[in-house]
Amino acid sequence: MITFILNNKTIKTSEHSGMTLLDFIRYEQRLTGTKIGCREGDCGACTILVGTLENDVIQYQSITSCISPLGNAHGKHIVSVEGTNLQNKLTAQQEAMKANYATQCGFCTPGFVVSLTGFALSNSEKNYSNALDAIGGNICRCTGYKAIEKAAHQVVSNLKDKTEDYSFNWLIENEFIPKYFATIPERLKDLEAKDINQPQGKYVSGGTDLYVQQADHLVDNSVHLIADKNYLKGISIENDVCTIGTNSTVSDLWNHSELNTCFLKLKEHLKLVSSEQIRNMASFGGNLVNASPIGDMTIFFLALNSDVVILDPEGKERKKALKHFYQGYKTYDLKDGELLKAISFKLPTMQSFFNFEKVCKRTHLDIASVNSAIYISIENNIISKAHISIGGVAAIPKYLHETSKFLTGKRLSSETILEANDLLQSEISPISDVRGTSDYKRLLARQLFFAHFMELFPKQFTLNDFVQHA
Amino acid sequence: MHKQKSNNTLDSKLEAVSMSIKQSIKNMDSFTHVRGESVYVDDINIKQGTFHGVVFDSPKAHGKIKHIDYSKAEALEGVERIFTYKDIPGANQIGGIIPDEPLFAEDEVHFWGMPIALIVAKSEFIARKARALIEIDIEELPVITTAKEAKAKGSFINAPRSFSLGDSKKAFAACAYVFKGETFSNGQEHLYIETQGAYAEPQENGNIKITSSTQGPTAVQKTIAQVLGVAMHKIEVDVTRLGGGFGGKEDQATPWAVMAALASYHLNQSVKLILNRHDDLRMTGKRHPYESSYKIGLSKDLKILAYEAEFLQNSGAAADLSPAIAERTLFHATNSYYVPNVKTTVISCKTNLPPNTAFRGFGGPQGMFVIESAIARAASEIGVSSRQIQEVNLLDENDTFSYGQIAKKVEAKNTWNSAKSIFNLETLERNVKEFNEANSTFKKGLALMPITFGISFTNTPMNHARALVHVYLDGSIGISTAAVEMGQGVNTKMMQIASDVFSVPIEKIKIETTNTTRVANTSPSAASSTADLNGKATLMACNTLLERLVKVASEDLNVSVEDIKLKAEFVYINEKKSELSWTDLVSKTMLKRVALTENAHYATPEIHFDKTKEKGHPFAYHVYGTAIITTTVDCTRGTYEFDSVKIVHDYGKSMSEGIDLGQVEGALAQGIGWMTMEEIAYNDEGRLLSNALSTYKIPDIFSVPKYVEVIPVETDGNDMAILKSKAVGEPPLMYGIGAYFALQNAIKAFNTKHQLKFHAPMTPEKVLMSLYEK
Repeated sequence: MITFILNNKTIKTSEHSGMTLLDFIRYEQRLTGTKIGCREGDCGACTILVGTLENDVIQYQSITSCISPLGNAHGKHIVSVEGTNLQNKLTAQQEAMKANYATQCGFCTPGFVVSLTGFALSNSEKNYSNALDAIGGNICRCTGYKAIEKAAHQVVSNLKDKTEDYSFNWLIENEFIPKYFATIPERLKDLEAKDINQPQGKYVSGGTDLYVQQADHLVDNSVHLIADKNYLKGISIENDVCTIGTNSTVSDLWNHSELNTCFLKLKEHLKLVSSEQIRNMASFGGNLVNASPIGDMTIFFLALNSDVVILDPEGKERKKALKHFYQGYKTYDLKDGELLKAISFKLPTMQSFFNFEKVCKRTHLDIASVNSAIYISIENNIISKAHISIGGVAAIPKYLHETSKFLTGKRLSSETILEANDLLQSEISPISDVRGTSDYKRLLARQLFFAHFMELFPKQFTLNDFVQHA
Repeated sequence: MHKQKSNNTLDSKLEAVSMSIKQSIKNMDSFTHVRGESVYVDDINIKQGTFHGVVFDSPKAHGKIKHIDYSKAEALEGVERIFTYKDIPGANQIGGIIPDEPLFAEDEVHFWGMPIALIVAKSEFIARKARALIEIDIEELPVITTAKEAKAKGSFINAPRSFSLGDSKKAFAACAYVFKGETFSNGQEHLYIETQGAYAEPQENGNIKITSSTQGPTAVQKTIAQVLGVAMHKIEVDVTRLGGGFGGKEDQATPWAVMAALASYHLNQSVKLILNRHDDLRMTGKRHPYESSYKIGLSKDLKILAYEAEFLQNSGAAADLSPAIAERTLFHATNSYYVPNVKTTVISCKTNLPPNTAFRGFGGPQGMFVIESAIARAASEIGVSSRQIQEVNLLDENDTFSYGQIAKKVEAKNTWNSAKSIFNLETLERNVKEFNEANSTFKKGLALMPITFGISFTNTPMNHARALVHVYLDGSIGISTAAVEMGQGVNTKMMQIASDVFSVPIEKIKIETTNTTRVANTSPSAASSTADLNGKATLMACNTLLERLVKVASEDLNVSVEDIKLKAEFVYINEKKSELSWTDLVSKTMLKRVALTENAHYATPEIHFDKTKEKGHPFAYHVYGTAIITTTVDCTRGTYEFDSVKIVHDYGKSMSEGIDLGQVEGALAQGIGWMTMEEIAYNDEGRLLSNALSTYKIPDIFSVPKYVEVIPVETDGNDMAILKSKAVGEPPLMYGIGAYFALQNAIKAFNTKHQLKFHAPMTPEKVLMSLYEK
């Protein structure tokens, strides 16, 4: 039995665990405020909140229910827009939407309201930029967003007095959430959520890629949900080596304070990866085994010269360099029954620098035309180490072996970089598709390669050092 | 905003109240919207035994159907029946303007995504599984995807249309400058977040009730009757609300409703058909791509003396609304400019794409893009800024449009000059120049975009509406009109009108669903005219009721009718409150057996158009405005942001400022999206490549302009507009065209070798390629 609390009601269901949470909420529970827009996690109309109890503290995250398996709700508090409603009056965030004309046709509205509620419940600092992040994955076709921005400002200003202590009292008193939220942590503790029976089907963690590609298949067949497997979770740092469990989400990385110190622009980079809803769900393992030539996190970890730890069914581990993991389009070194357990990489030192670049039609919540990452160490203006990865220009997420090798030992200068670009161009083989022509991707690959150096060494390089123009 | 005494007696009574209510009124639908309690088609509580439909569509863009094998699909457990053209009792025909579109393909398919059959099963999931089991063998025929190709092959929807004024041929000879060129503007996906859908429920005697997400309930009713071969009165169409329409549900909501009705007719059970996003993107038409050529002639002092353009409209595989959209391209071909010699021709080209359809602006934006391109090109060649040419050619009072209408109450120069002075254009331009001089990796560009847009259905007979108003015994009010609420706030506007007339709070008023049994033979909610047409009808009905009520009050209180006013739910005599309350007055009226229901009909006066001469007075009025758009281009990556859009817009006298501002901001974002990131892609075989939200990108909250300011220009409004509050749905979309030219100006600041191109949208790809073009 899948057991969880949906809004203010305990659910025990024997429905298929691979069914989407969206279908369960809308059609089995007839809570129709959660809307269907795209079923791909690309519009946010089906946004719900997931409350997870850990060490007696409940944390809420927003997700898109259309690409989330019902089984992942097990033991959690699931909140749809109806579960945020007060009796006969509006919550502060609903009132903000109404007062600012932030709703027109109304179809995307519940998604925005839920995302804003998630923002109110979260531990994040209550500033406008974080509020925008919270609703960044919600698409509206009517308003042009200016009214929604005003609503977000109002919510932020209503939240500025929120007390730090993590009880719901302040939010309840100030009409952000209904009273029953206060009872949830205790009820979750009492919830008899034993392990659900896990058939040997397709491994599914967050489901953000699989449910986009094969939702019908997953609904109909057995799935092996692994999002809750603790042995696949966690980010640990030991002896300057960071190990990230493959079940960890992009948000886990986002929230990791030590890694944010090592990578000062980490959040800026991760902001380009996806919306907050997807970051809350998408696992690193999923991103790696999806093997998309353009997978953002894959490109990220390739440049960090990461290793992957692979677990066989007997529990034996083996290690493989990520740059040798991919064999061809969507194929990789993983045998039947094997599972990616973790990714590990050495933390940057004082002399090493990391940058991530991504260009797409739309800067946020889009798939890259070309993405690229660089991890470079400089000693006395000599490149002592270089790892460069690039996506969207080959059949696999590409580690630039030759270019990286070429750079190593060279002086950091525009001549070196220009020469390296020639090599880079010979290593890539972009094709024309809906994300751009091959000519464009070649040019963009060059530009992003230059951009790495302009970003990392702004005093040393400007665009003029690399390109000639009027 | 500026107040002005009105001559219109209907409107003037209301002015005082309107002013107070329009500031504070919120969208009346927002309460249920924010709580997730608004009801769209897919939210209706379905009846027991409801079946679900999934459409089986063509996997090829053009070909002869040799064989289809449904046997495996039919054998799947849970599949009830598969319907094809053979199951149609009436006509297999859904074409509105021209009968050239079958509901289901018979022997041939004409576009990728063309419906062939409807699979009906116990669940949508089963129906989709069954669809994958259908085997089809198609003998492929040559595929046309572009308008030019269609023209070369003589593949047309109908005969071309041409407008002309003066003698352009002669005028070109007298021009100091003449330039010719070509432009392209791509299509645009509506991307209403609620996909197309309908729910059919059988009633007694073979009658069917359909709930449809349509902008045109009457079109749905008429087409179902035609396909089923039954009378229209057997079909009831109800529309609760739409999760976005933008023109995409004007004509193209119909086939899905017809299919659901057809299955319901045969099975005598309820049938629900909601397209999933991929099906919706693949099967429905979009904004028309246009391939156009222009010739522009200017005098030494930059006056546009002559303009010729040929617009090749990529209509898709059937007419749909293409002929009407083509016509509007001609109406707006000279945008806000007076050109004395004009010759414009539009050709609707038949291709193997899904039939393209209405999209906010309805062909107008495509026409305007061409003249703006011609001006930009001319400016660049002559060595002046586009603004100099735009400015000296703006429309004046009594100028003649190429279709013969004389421009009246023109605000083109007023909005332009106001924009220049309010927003301090000189400073803005200087800032851009200084920024560009100081920066080599980022460049800014600025462009002005004036708009002039005609309000009315250009097909004059469509300009009518009705309203049915009931005052109930307890003083509460119910209003039915032909207006479909799709986010534009028309429900709120109707409510305001009744609230103003009767002086009752809005809580006492209910706006009913749009239903063909209450308001029949309606025009679609389109052409920005919904609030005008239905609002005028509502106003008429309310005023008639008011007169009756006032008469009863005068008899009851023994005072003359002129001395009576309704105010805050009481009868006032000479501005003094009486004992007689609104509720008591209503029951007194009922006891006197005076009707508390009124049905009013409004038809726009004065308008006419003669298609044989292509001359007339098709528009009730025009809406004007000017936008200043500034962008910053990242010259390393080819990406861009819009710093600001500053607009002076002609609302007339807005009756709901918050709602109208929302229309401007929303339309602007759509217009910018069309010009920048929204890129429809078909391959040569006619298959849609931008077939998901992961490949078709519309603006998100991070990509809209950082700063948008809209200043209302102070005008008298127009009596033809409801309460002088001008239509606002479509016109502001065209401000977005300025985004294209602002980007091009920024590119030019980086790369002087860049040759101007007029090929929208200006995606980051095109920007980067242009930045580094040699």
